[in-house]
Amino acid sequence: MLERLLMASVAVFSLGAGVAGAQTIGFSQIGSESGWRAAETTVTMNEAKERGIDLRFSDAQQRQENQIAALRSFIAQGVDAILVAPVVATGWDSVLEEAAEAEIPVVLLDRMVDSSPDLYLTAVGSDLVHEGRVAGEWLVSAVNGEECRVVELQGTTGSSPAIDRKKGFEEGIAGADNIEIVRSQTGDFTRTRGKEVMESFLQAENGGADICALYAHNDDMAVGAIQAIKEAGLKPGEDILVVSIDAVPDIFQALAAGEANATVELTPNMAGPAFDALEAFFADGTMPEKFIQTESKLYTQADDPAGEYEARKDLGY
Amino acid sequence: MTGATLLRRIAPQLLTLAAVIVLVSIYYPAFYQIVYVNDRLVGIPIDVIKRGAPVALLAIGMTLVIATRGIDLSVGAVMAICGASAAWSIDQGYGIGAALGLAGAAGLVCGLWNGVLVAFFGIQPIVATLILMVAGRGIAQLITGGTILTFDSDTFSFLGSGTLLGVPVPTVIWILTGIGFGLLVRRTALGLLVESIGVNLRASTLAGINSRVLLVAVYMGSGFCAALAGVIATADIRGADANNAGLWLELDAILAVVIGGNSLLGGRFSILASLLGAMIIQTINTGILLAGFPSEFNLVIKAVLVIVILVLQSPRIVPYLELLTTRRQRVKAPATKMEAGK
Repeated sequence: MLERLLMASVAVFSLGAGVAGAQTIGFSQIGSESGWRAAETTVTMNEAKERGIDLRFSDAQQRQENQIAALRSFIAQGVDAILVAPVVATGWDSVLEEAAEAEIPVVLLDRMVDSSPDLYLTAVGSDLVHEGRVAGEWLVSAVNGEECRVVELQGTTGSSPAIDRKKGFEEGIAGADNIEIVRSQTGDFTRTRGKEVMESFLQAENGGADICALYAHNDDMAVGAIQAIKEAGLKPGEDILVVSIDAVPDIFQALAAGEANATVELTPNMAGPAFDALEAFFADGTMPEKFIQTESKLYTQADDPAGEYEARKDLGY
Repeated sequence: MTGATLLRRIAPQLLTLAAVIVLVSIYYPAFYQIVYVNDRLVGIPIDVIKRGAPVALLAIGMTLVIATRGIDLSVGAVMAICGASAAWSIDQGYGIGAALGLAGAAGLVCGLWNGVLVAFFGIQPIVATLILMVAGRGIAQLITGGTILTFDSDTFSFLGSGTLLGVPVPTVIWILTGIGFGLLVRRTALGLLVESIGVNLRASTLAGINSRVLLVAVYMGSGFCAALAGVIATADIRGADANNAGLWLELDAILAVVIGGNSLLGGRFSILASLLGAMIIQTINTGILLAGFPSEFNLVIKAVLVIVILVLQSPRIVPYLELLTTRRQRVKAPATKMEAGK
């Protein structure tokens, strides 16, 4: 079955390549706002190289006008398709209409726009609520029915990852009455604040003896909190379970050292599914779903964290 | 300054600090508990004097800058630059001496830049330091390569999370720095000269004070304090985070100076009062975390408390408060003794 699928996809790919020669795809990236964003750029370039795609890359330096100019220049060059990671949600109608008139399919990466869905082929992204749910479900299975008091390090107050990852985690532990979130505070997604807030949690919860698990909305806060737990004389990963989201390289070091227990991946590989959808579309006009959800993969200490660290450390995180 | 006048100067800050501590201990009664475990003191007051270290250090330099009628908005970004320099040098294997030297030098150079813009080019301090506030994080990002630059050095991280005789090292650093700067400006004429250029720059210059050099020195002092704060912040998390190290701390430092009763219009200053101001701010921050309110309330609670503190200290309100207290004293003590006391 798998073999047949593989054969089919090879056939599709060679057909697509046969029609258009080497495909040219334009990619308008937001800029280098974070380590994750840099990794996304690296992975996109690697994916394109593997598939023999000629990728035209444009860095918008966090400005929408640069992105619109880049899209217009891609249209003028007559590229086969455009990938865009939109910096803001509004103001895309006219340039997307221009692309539609030139019959160039556009795929959105990671972030959405508020234009009509008819104007783009599909959007690839992660589901933040789902990420939180995966983390919550992991904790339910890890404590296996025992009483568990959880402290939560939230992201920046009011940001959509903070709201959705909190909501998802609460959904994940909803059935388990033995698990209770006893303290929840913002750590602003940073290591410094993660450590500071964790210190006060430890103080407030009987020196940490009353805390069974920590849930952090991103890995950086978890890394800061792990240091706070160690300085309080406790063993992170054993005395206090640590689960967080993102899967950046540093958390794999903590996993390998036994100081963290699980992380949920926000994959930087948004381009892979986007290229797959484009290939299918060029091959026989298959219309993809309007939203392609990337996998939120769970990594634990059993998933070769040292190897994962080696694989990720050079992606630009 | 004699003991009595010093006490009178810092009395409002001491009272405020006591009031804030009482307020926090209502929500968190175990506030005062300090225990000694694993060779270190553990407790909320210890957390306050440790976590307050960056703002306290920045407030020392900021007090002097504000006394010259200036302001230094760049200290948060300078923290990021110095932290990044130190982490880079540890990462390259140059050792802790080189890391500290580089961080200190970076802080002094940033201060020199600010000072020259203010003293020699006559640019308004708020604009002159705004340049580095904005550009500084970019410089720090260039040093770290846009990532959180982590390192593994127990000697260096000792500066952020180690203890001396049970006391956190950051606390020791800010107290020693405060004493050092205090002695420097009060055991010499420097403090008086700083105050005089704050009151009237032109008159001071005409009176023979080399105000340009003094101004540059004051901004360099502020840069040096920011370097210490940056080293502590970096050592604490064992990594240099160019985007977030010292973010918005310049505003907390200015607030600490103002809560310390120092005028933004320059002139008389008290480093001790600014340090108390920094501790008041940190007690509020820690108290909010302990009280367990939803995080949406953090900033609102802080703002309300700061407004109350500033209103109670305002020059329009203070005479009324003093009137109330003196009336009570008059009832207790005979009038003749009051006269003699003067």
